[in-house]
Amino acid sequence: MNRFAELLDRLAYEPGRNNKLRLLQGYFREVGDPDRGYALAALTGALSFKHAKPVLIRDLIASRTDEVLFGLSYDYVGDLSETVALMWPKAVLPAHNNPPPPTLTEVVTTLRTLGKTELPKQLERWLDELDETGRWALLKLVTGAMRIGISARLAKTAAAALGDKDPHEVELLWPGLSPPYLDLFAWLEGRAEKPVNRDPAPFRPVMLAHAIEDSDFASLDPADYIAEWKWDGIRVQAVAGRDEHGQITARLYSRTGEDITGSFPDLVPSLRLPGAIDGELLILREGRVQSFNVLQQRLNRKIVSPKLIKDFPIHLRAYDLLGDDENDLRELPFAERRERLETFIGKLDDPRLDLSPTIPFASWDALTAARADPASAGAGEDADAVEGVMLKRRDAPYLPGRPKGQWWKWKRDPHIIDAVLMYAQRGHGKRSSYYSDYTFGVWTETDNGEELVPVGKAYFGFTDEELLQIDRFVRRNTTEKFGPVRHVVHEGDKGLVLEVAFEGLQRSPRHKSGVAMRFPRISRLRWDKPPREADRLETLEKMLKADESLPTIKVAASADGH
Amino acid sequence: MTIMRPQDILLPTADGLCCKPGGFHIDPIRPVERALITHGHSDHARAGHGAVLATQETLDMMRLRYGENFAGSTQVISYGEELRLGDVKVKFRPAGHVLGSAQIAVTAKDTCIVASGDYKDAPDPTCAPFELVPCDVFITEATFGLPVFRHGDAALEVKKLLASVALFPERAHLVGAYSLGKAQRVIALLRKAGYDAPIYLHGAMEKITAYYQSRGIDLGELRPAMGMKKAALAGTITLAPPSATSDIWARRFPDPVTAFASGWMRVRARARQGGVELPLVISDHADWDGLTATIAATGAGEIWVTHGQEDALVHWCKTQGLRARPLDLVGYGDEEESEPQPRSEAEA
Repeated sequence: MNRFAELLDRLAYEPGRNNKLRLLQGYFREVGDPDRGYALAALTGALSFKHAKPVLIRDLIASRTDEVLFGLSYDYVGDLSETVALMWPKAVLPAHNNPPPPTLTEVVTTLRTLGKTELPKQLERWLDELDETGRWALLKLVTGAMRIGISARLAKTAAAALGDKDPHEVELLWPGLSPPYLDLFAWLEGRAEKPVNRDPAPFRPVMLAHAIEDSDFASLDPADYIAEWKWDGIRVQAVAGRDEHGQITARLYSRTGEDITGSFPDLVPSLRLPGAIDGELLILREGRVQSFNVLQQRLNRKIVSPKLIKDFPIHLRAYDLLGDDENDLRELPFAERRERLETFIGKLDDPRLDLSPTIPFASWDALTAARADPASAGAGEDADAVEGVMLKRRDAPYLPGRPKGQWWKWKRDPHIIDAVLMYAQRGHGKRSSYYSDYTFGVWTETDNGEELVPVGKAYFGFTDEELLQIDRFVRRNTTEKFGPVRHVVHEGDKGLVLEVAFEGLQRSPRHKSGVAMRFPRISRLRWDKPPREADRLETLEKMLKADESLPTIKVAASADGH
Repeated sequence: MTIMRPQDILLPTADGLCCKPGGFHIDPIRPVERALITHGHSDHARAGHGAVLATQETLDMMRLRYGENFAGSTQVISYGEELRLGDVKVKFRPAGHVLGSAQIAVTAKDTCIVASGDYKDAPDPTCAPFELVPCDVFITEATFGLPVFRHGDAALEVKKLLASVALFPERAHLVGAYSLGKAQRVIALLRKAGYDAPIYLHGAMEKITAYYQSRGIDLGELRPAMGMKKAALAGTITLAPPSATSDIWARRFPDPVTAFASGWMRVRARARQGGVELPLVISDHADWDGLTATIAATGAGEIWVTHGQEDALVHWCKTQGLRARPLDLVGYGDEEESEPQPRSEAEA
């Protein structure tokens, strides 16, 4: 347990992805079975036991320490598990009688079978046996609040690296595996055959698209591509397969492989043919696709009530077929998969599923026109739910990840304004010595005359070279410092103008300006422009009105399926 | 005959702890006629006093920092030596905090008060170990006066640093440490752990580190980080003032791992606030167990608690049947480990 705690501790502080991988790999290499398997399970969220409630932890510490001292300590540290881990008093035991600290395996297997009434005593014993970091990790584990900035994907990638395997291979096997993953590690270390995935409806790692740039078109031939609408819903994979008894099992996965079937029970009966569909989850009312805002109201609900199902009828718009019955289609060119998909959807003949139509086009100009006016280019009444077009190479196999030059997404033009840099804050990790988080504002008339009002914050979009330039500017033009925040000069003739691109606008009473941007990023530095010529709040208000009359502007957030 | 109360001997004033019958202040924060200085950290040892009494090392450190004329006159006192000043007797005893650090025992008639300055009861290869001084009133610091602060074995923290250096041989390790005391202790601990490669130093700590070496403390081969090629710093360890590790200065290092050696690193939120990736819990102050054990061992019936988390320690003393009160002295804890420092941007 202490070694696992050490790993968690180190991971919690390490900002870099590659460095996190190194730490994880080091752990998997160094630690034997079954501990490392349970660690992998803990990091991928695959452990299941009843979590301890905070009140139980509070009771434990109250029985061991002075109430006032605990209060002062908790107040200072701010985190219950950490406070308890740090101040837990050493048990007075004769030295030769000290039991060794529990292993992770012991903790996990015990927690699985432990009755509720036995938990406090058991926790107390473990807290006595572990050191500070061990106690912290234990409490995080039992309360189910790990939060150390590790994705399940990263943990699997680190495990895969143990055997020089592609993480996708592990991903493919994953649904059929269970902790402590002895068969997985045996295969990764070359001691056994690859485990067989017996899951009848496994997830397949998804293929992603690159954002296309104007300059890309020159080298692309329209004849090589099939175009589709880019829908503003959620990318999902709907998989159905037969188990050993011949029964159909159907599952819905998010693009990251999370099983979200439970949230959409109304779609399951429609997935009655064995196969794996790649598509967009949408809400359809009277045959019309609803905006993402509507879909959002159905997401992340703990309870899926009959009313929710009725008011937000779910729909799957299919654009690719990865598996047809027993056959893996992923090696086939997209054009062939598309034909198979059309047949498959036809055979299924279900109102909850339909085909995402292709957009006929002969030239890039024609596609540009279609993208500008989806309604008259085939999207019809659903045009409002189109957030751009997708371009897919006819001969592209289905490749996991984001392979170059196969799939392109071509979104609608983002909004752009010129704003003035007002405040800057240091970044994190590699950027911790740079001022890389920028708050920018636009002009407005107030009682005090012309003033800049903050309208957003951006921390990407610029090149490394531009980062250096802005950083230098910030350091040389700081007017005040507040902790990590620097006030940067922003007057009519002194300051830096940033061209900010963003996806959309929303009214926001939380912001002084009354508007909030979606996905703002720095698109250009306007050293040439004096701050007084930057945009005004009225410009944003006009954009906002335009957005509101046109409910299609995207919430790209979780919606950006491609 | 009047009975002498402790506060007749030592009294907290705006200038610092004042001994009227002895005619001196201890670690005054403003210039006074006669000052007794516990140790060389800038919040305790300030320039501009008329006369200064301190250990040789403390006086040398003040000279290094403030120049030859930092005080009207100076007088050296050794550990254990007794001096009469006015109506009181004073004695300096090792505090185990940094090189030359002392507790000051002030005795008037039958009452002995020990002003311990900053102290720690943990082993430190770079200074004389803390000596317990039985007394009637013990004045203790409370920098880490909460039971969450338990510092553990510094050698294990250094092992953690070395494990990280082994895991990331292509990265530089940048260890933030206070220039006076902590930096030299970390270096000495690294040497003790068998690390014998050259250790690099930020310019701001070269002078004070050279002084430690001149006092016979073996720190192995040290090199200035200045002027090194970026690639040549891969796999190395560099000590720097905490403020420098997130400064422009840090850009000369290849993908640096930012470490910070401090008792504050025990608390995650504090470590994260400072952008620290490798917190090393190494403190030159007593931790909670150290504070409470020391207070009990002095046999003092009255405890005065100063700079830090006074509330918790005062509360603890009371639960032990000891009279205790916070001293409310201001101006301490500015250099050492009190708060993450304001970041200086100076290229050094």
